[in-house]
Amino acid sequence: MDLLRLATAGSVDDGKSTLIGRLLYDSKAVLADQLAHVEERSVDGLDLALLTDGLRAEREQGITIDVAYRSFATPRRRFILADCPGHAQYTRNMVTGASTADLALLLVDARQGLTEQSRRHAAIAALLEVEHVIVAVNKMDLVGYAEDVFDGIVRDVIELGAAIGLHKTDFIPISALKGDNVVERSAQMPWYDGPPLLERLETVPVEPPAVHGARLPVQLVLRGEGGTRWAAGRLAAGSLKAGDEVVVLPSGTRTRVAEVRDADGLAEVVDAPLSVSVRLEDEVDLARGELIAAADDAPSPTRELTATVCWLGDRPARPGDRFQLKHGTRSVPAKLDSVDGRIDFESLEWPGAEELRLNDIAHVKIRLGGEIAADAYARCHATGAFILVDESSLDTVAAGMVS
Amino acid sequence: MTAISTPALSHLRALEAEAIHVIREVAAERERPALLFSGGKDSIVLVRLAQKAFAPGKVPFPLLHIDTGHNFPEVIAFRDKLVQESDLTLLVGSVQKSIDDGRVREETGPRASRNRLQTVTLLDAIAEHRLDACFGGARRDEERSRAKERVLSLRDDFGQWDPRRQRPELWDLYNARVRPGEHLRAFPISNWTELDVWQYIAQEELELPSIYMAHEREVFERDGMLYATSDFITLMDGEEPFTASVRYRTVGDMSCTGAVRSTAGTLPDVVAEIAATNITERGETRADDRATEAAMEDRKREGYF
Ligand SMILES: Nc1nc2c(ncn2[C@@H]2O[C@H](COP(=O)(O)OP(=O)(O)O)[C@@H](O)[C@H]2O)c(=O)[nH]1
Ligand SMILES: [Mg+2]
Repeated sequence: MDLLRLATAGSVDDGKSTLIGRLLYDSKAVLADQLAHVEERSVDGLDLALLTDGLRAEREQGITIDVAYRSFATPRRRFILADCPGHAQYTRNMVTGASTADLALLLVDARQGLTEQSRRHAAIAALLEVEHVIVAVNKMDLVGYAEDVFDGIVRDVIELGAAIGLHKTDFIPISALKGDNVVERSAQMPWYDGPPLLERLETVPVEPPAVHGARLPVQLVLRGEGGTRWAAGRLAAGSLKAGDEVVVLPSGTRTRVAEVRDADGLAEVVDAPLSVSVRLEDEVDLARGELIAAADDAPSPTRELTATVCWLGDRPARPGDRFQLKHGTRSVPAKLDSVDGRIDFESLEWPGAEELRLNDIAHVKIRLGGEIAADAYARCHATGAFILVDESSLDTVAAGMVS
Repeated sequence: MTAISTPALSHLRALEAEAIHVIREVAAERERPALLFSGGKDSIVLVRLAQKAFAPGKVPFPLLHIDTGHNFPEVIAFRDKLVQESDLTLLVGSVQKSIDDGRVREETGPRASRNRLQTVTLLDAIAEHRLDACFGGARRDEERSRAKERVLSLRDDFGQWDPRRQRPELWDLYNARVRPGEHLRAFPISNWTELDVWQYIAQEELELPSIYMAHEREVFERDGMLYATSDFITLMDGEEPFTASVRYRTVGDMSCTGAVRSTAGTLPDVVAEIAATNITERGETRADDRATEAAMEDRKREGYF
């Protein structure tokens, strides 16, 4: 059984909690005592949204506060679902959920069509290059299961997708409340000939990380027998085996791999995204924060980044502000050099801006107090992504993607 | 750069890789971590993951057991054997000592439990050993408030969790920074389900305390659950002990951990039973979580595991 990570997004009241509740319920991931709890609290009928609204404040206010993670399995696949609520901090939540997702499930209310928030969610899925996107047009029962309503929304999303670079989008008309096209095909919408949502989730291919040269950010150096030194880390891309020529960055030292280990011990070859350790020939000096990369396909170390950032911090940031940047396992001081444009979700243009506020997405330049070896995010997510940490609050204030 | 097709990674391999990554990251960024060890299956899995994370080296941090004094003897025997055989270091925080020192007051009555008292002992142990990170085996599928908790969860000076002020976790770039006095709780198996844990135990052929397999035990029924008779629990009127074949799904304080009727005496039998069950482990076996609607959330805010 393989693993699919998905993120769900929608505006408030689009029916996201109800849909997730139904997926859990219909896939039998909800057990009897959890169900009894929901039954007790439901005012009329079975309110499946209660399954996921977990915290006391949420139950009291009937809202979803923060990203919630759920696991469930069908006989075909194991799922980890990040539920990203559509309230005040929607962008921040969506970015967080989408960063680890293989698939983004965007909910649209059939009565409302594409809202400002749907546009944001679609744009974020595109910016973070989530592999697959499914647009579920919900509450079809409230528009008489009408095909033309669905078609209108599909047209709008396709138009939007062309502008923001959203590919591989699927569309499914559903009713989360009634269960149409969620697990079973709906008898109400004979005009829809695609699979129901769950079947789609079970069958989309999960792509391994883009195939190119190996990237191993060194987390720790472990000592083995006879004082051997092993660079331990999670292989971000590619594979490694004895004899492979590698370069240690940013120092630029070239050597070869002597031995590799996976979680079970010595191995012939190790592949991304496993946690591994490798021993290098020549006893080269190694430390946390370095990147072991395939010698014939390695990124160049740099002290300047052009990037797209999503601002997650409560305090606004301006050019000149200083942070700690974490890239892979390496942390370096960073200074925001310039804000070159901030997305306007209405026009999808990037006009100039003075500062970055919570939920902004912007093109920036960043100067670094030490070198990092980064790829373009489009080429390799794991070595093209970074976070910024505020030095005084120690909060994570931005998610970044190298251009 | 030719495209090679690798077979799909199994979900257990993927979850294992993620957990090892988290353990290594916290060990690298924090100075004094410890692994909270209860003797239960989740913490046993954590120990195995830690061993894998640092092989061929040694696990570089100690285990910390918060000992309520109301343990299943089988679990303590298992703990001591594991520590000895695996060359691990064990720290123990004693709830009995917290009571003797007047740090907490023992609950009384037939429903008394030391479960809640553990929080004080835990926070004292964290202070005493100047720990700045504790690994825990909590999973997001266990309880609703846990679904919202981060893999790295920041606790303030008082050990409190603030669900409204959590750091976003992006990609696998964890922010493990803490200020003096604060500490992290790290949950490497957050995304595992109970079934994943059992399947992993089977795959890795991990040893477990014997109480996880069906055995004959003297029990009595209370609130629809079966509890073992012991010195730590007073029978109420009408509660009649009897012998039944049972096993445990979780390991906690003897006074509040219920057993389930079962004849599954081997690991494969237990895994098959878990796969077919329709009740959550906490709902079935933990009186502490049934007490109030938001029981777990409240205890977490106070600094519970
Ligand atoms: N008629 C109808 N109502 C729905 C549907 N899905 C959700 N709802 C209702 O819409 C409201 C908001 O749903 P909820 O799941 O809490 O939305 P969320 O804010 O996106 O999580 C609730 O009253 C649901 O019962 C649907 O498919 N049809
Ligand atoms: Mg909701």
